[in-house]
Amino acid sequence: MQLIYEKSTPGRRGIKLPASDVPAAAALPSALLRKENAGLAEVSELDLVRHFTNLSRRNFSVDTNFYPLGSCTMKYNAKVLENAASLFAPFHPMTALLPGGVEFCQGTLGMLYDLGQLLADITGMDEVTTQPLAGAHGEMTGIMLVSAYHAAKGNKAKKKYVVVPDSSHGTNPASAAIAGYEIITVPTASYGDMDLELFKAAMTDEVAAVMMTCPNTLGLFNPHIKEISDIAHSHDALMYYDGANLNAIMGKVKPGDVGFDVIHVNLHKTFGTPHGGGGPGSGPVGVKKALIPFLPQPRIVMDADGKLLLETENKGTIGRTANFFGNFGVMAKAYAYIIMLGREGLIQVSEQAVLNANYIKEKLKAYYDLPYDMICMHECVFSASKQLEHGVHAIDIAKFLIDKGYHPPTVYFPMIVKEAIMIEPTETESKGAMDAFIEVMIEAAQTAISNPQALHDAPLTMPISRLDETKAAREQNVCCIG
Amino acid sequence: MNESHYCPHTPEEIAEMLSVIGVASVEDLFAPIPAELRAKTFNLPSGMSEFETFDRMKAIAGDNTQGVTNFIGGGFYDHIIPAVVDHLSGRAEFYTAYTPYQPECSQGTLQALFEYQTAICRLTGLDVSNASLYDGGTACAEAAMMALRVTGRNKIVVDGCVSPFSRQVLKTYLFNQDVEVIEIAPQAGLLGRAELAALLDDSVAAVLVQNPNFFGSIEDFTALADQVHAKGALLIGSVYPIALGMLKSPGETGIDIAVGDGQSLGNPLSFGGPSFGFIAAKKSYIRNMPGRIVGETVDRNGKRGYVLTLQAREQHIKRHKATSNICSNQGLCALRGLIFLSSVGKEGLADLARLNRDKAEYAKAQLSRIPGVTVLPSITFNEFTLSLPKNAAGVVVALLGSGIAAGVPLGQYYKGSENCLVVTVTEKRTKKEIDTFAKELEVALCN
Amino acid sequence: MSIYFTKEHEWVKVKDGIGAVGISEHAAHELGDITFVELPKMGAVVKQFGVLGSIESVKAASDIFAPVSGKVIKVNEALEVAPEIVNESAEDAGWMAWVEIADESELKNLMTQEQYDDYLKSL
Repeated sequence: MQLIYEKSTPGRRGIKLPASDVPAAAALPSALLRKENAGLAEVSELDLVRHFTNLSRRNFSVDTNFYPLGSCTMKYNAKVLENAASLFAPFHPMTALLPGGVEFCQGTLGMLYDLGQLLADITGMDEVTTQPLAGAHGEMTGIMLVSAYHAAKGNKAKKKYVVVPDSSHGTNPASAAIAGYEIITVPTASYGDMDLELFKAAMTDEVAAVMMTCPNTLGLFNPHIKEISDIAHSHDALMYYDGANLNAIMGKVKPGDVGFDVIHVNLHKTFGTPHGGGGPGSGPVGVKKALIPFLPQPRIVMDADGKLLLETENKGTIGRTANFFGNFGVMAKAYAYIIMLGREGLIQVSEQAVLNANYIKEKLKAYYDLPYDMICMHECVFSASKQLEHGVHAIDIAKFLIDKGYHPPTVYFPMIVKEAIMIEPTETESKGAMDAFIEVMIEAAQTAISNPQALHDAPLTMPISRLDETKAAREQNVCCIG
Repeated sequence: MNESHYCPHTPEEIAEMLSVIGVASVEDLFAPIPAELRAKTFNLPSGMSEFETFDRMKAIAGDNTQGVTNFIGGGFYDHIIPAVVDHLSGRAEFYTAYTPYQPECSQGTLQALFEYQTAICRLTGLDVSNASLYDGGTACAEAAMMALRVTGRNKIVVDGCVSPFSRQVLKTYLFNQDVEVIEIAPQAGLLGRAELAALLDDSVAAVLVQNPNFFGSIEDFTALADQVHAKGALLIGSVYPIALGMLKSPGETGIDIAVGDGQSLGNPLSFGGPSFGFIAAKKSYIRNMPGRIVGETVDRNGKRGYVLTLQAREQHIKRHKATSNICSNQGLCALRGLIFLSSVGKEGLADLARLNRDKAEYAKAQLSRIPGVTVLPSITFNEFTLSLPKNAAGVVVALLGSGIAAGVPLGQYYKGSENCLVVTVTEKRTKKEIDTFAKELEVALCN
Repeated sequence: MSIYFTKEHEWVKVKDGIGAVGISEHAAHELGDITFVELPKMGAVVKQFGVLGSIESVKAASDIFAPVSGKVIKVNEALEVAPEIVNESAEDAGWMAWVEIADESELKNLMTQEQYDDYLKSL
């Protein structure tokens, strides 16, 4: 398909601007001006609409295809959430930061405050900041809070390490590195979680925090989680909860009850806000009481009369992690989702997410190697090792699924499973949709034996076949010249 | 049983699935969670229908004061949004997709991001762009960290005229990184060039400036770029994309890394987000860039296509050694930015910029006629700083009562500027609104 | 000229106190199509098993560790524009740097060709 720039005709306009009702200003000195206009597209409105409509048709999406992308919780995004978020489009964030401005923003500040309260209850935390803009941003904010906590106790120099299991998301060590920590990685034991003995050996008083995903990236709930947090606390290390997999446990277990001190929540995963082709997300961070003094500013607080105020002066704060109050539009959707589903609805979400993952796991384990064969939570991780004997890799199975109209599961993550295929159906898929998917997965396993070449050739039905990623990385054409 | 209609199973289906799994109840699936760890309370309110939910959300929105006329900017701007932006970005194939990890079934998102990167390169006059960052503030921080990697140095010099929010974000990001951040005090709303010249040596990794800056002033940083480069440092410029319809581009200025907030490109104010941050740079710095990048390549049949590229820089491969911890981008907001720019187009963006400046110059003339009001004598785009005869914060409070958000009082951000007010006038403000504002301000100053 | 290997799959060929350094054919094969080689700076002083540079393929990135301590006196600039040379000729044209060896006794910490071949079989 042509680029929009290749459809341009000089002088063509896509929109009519409002006419000016004021005199033209005197021109600026030429030293301040650009020599020529930026080479943006010049297309009619219809051409623009066709271009982007046709581009959109080159995507798989939740609304068009089953999308069991493990670790990403690609659940259905209710349409009413979009309508709800658009109600807040006209509100300028600076209004709240003007002197006396909070009076004019009680609705939006109140919603953020309430969302914080709801998330605090779901996760067992004492306070939530809604400022972080995505999961990884929340992780960074959370680990900065950990750092501030240790610094306030005079332990900044002493606390040097963050411990992560080898199955952790790459963002965990990357976020800890921005907060100034070195990383200790603990291997996974045969029971599918961080090896408890190796963990004990790694723990010293120099550890600032332990970052865990629970259930972990293998979709398993760590049976030793309380013991791990007790050991961490005995070294004055804080427990960080990566909320990527919160969808499995709502109403069942609260991270705060298990010993976690700081957590981030991915609203775009658990709370049904759309993924947007890779964002915007939202990553509120919840903390236990001891960490409240360090929360980012401005912090939304409620006075005795129920009025929302902004705290902007606090010596202990880590500062500011984003320009304003976070991705408000995303949070409006998540808030609407939570109040719409309510207590019973959210419990049912977790129950059926777990039910669906176990159902797929049971149905497919005769066809694919299941390295950790036990009850899983909201996702299950297979290995294509059986298929590899026929020269078929996880990526080949993924491409075969595309031809059959399925977005592939996550492949090659977690890295500790060779040829990993990580399936997360989510609670919103019907049994019929899953049965159809299971059939195709079985067909892929059979084709791996009968005709591996067919898998190597896939996909054949898409606008393009497999792409030369090496060429892309070597040539680095990231912008259309012209 | 069916508490949420988004969970579609019938009781019969659930029973059948449980028997396949070989457990008696759904509760049995939670057996791996030790009983003593199970939640003792879960105090959320009960759910409701989507209709009641929407009414509740309407009531919340109704608790904010409606219909305020915005003369505030401060990083977020009240601009026109063509109808096509909502409609096209609202196609579910875009907004219910995720990161384009599987390029064959994600060419829509990938090509759009490549077109977005192209738009950002052309707007900034630089060679390479990523697929977007979180927002303008975090983009400043990421650019600074990028400069630290490129130069191997550990000092960042920041113009005090850069948005105080972006400066705070940058300081928060760099706090734990053994980096010295030095701020230059503003001189009458402009970069303190003498102080900078005295500081600039070969230990400086980068200098961060903003154009137009928080006071609204426009400066030419071309000579500064040469000075900075002479010391082996990089010049980072935070820019306002609508102003680039008119102003000298970062590339023409000699800026090495350009960043900014993309909210003004087709994203609603939405109480501060989501928007997107953009970052563009000279090609030689591409490996030190944070975040996702889309690249062009060919498929097995030689057909052009797009993929996420240079992923080895990123956290999912390089973990703690990654160029950034960022994992996502603001894909949908960047898409809105691209649709906005493609709708407004090459000539349209220039016209839009002119319209902003014309309205602002008119407002400047009207407001500075008020007795006791003077205007900071710098060259400006659509924001300018007024000096009032009394405390600006009080004036803003008074005008908010009449439905006018008069501007951003500077006293909160700059000591000694308690009487200063930054006023923003976009193309959306009518002559009538500006005239009313001038009248109301005069009244407020008399009282 | 004798060749030695590290457990991290770097090699060093030693002649007249100078060590040519690269990654093994095994390592190059494991990485897949190499897209980028970050070479050390000329004159840099490296320590044995310290980071010398890094190497990237489409899906992986890894550090290159120095097999010996010493000063970098020459780098293979050809790799900057044509990293695929490492795939084509990892143990010859794909050399990355020459190091002026500070202490030849460090070579005893490395594996000979025969030992390395056995080591690969054990993986």
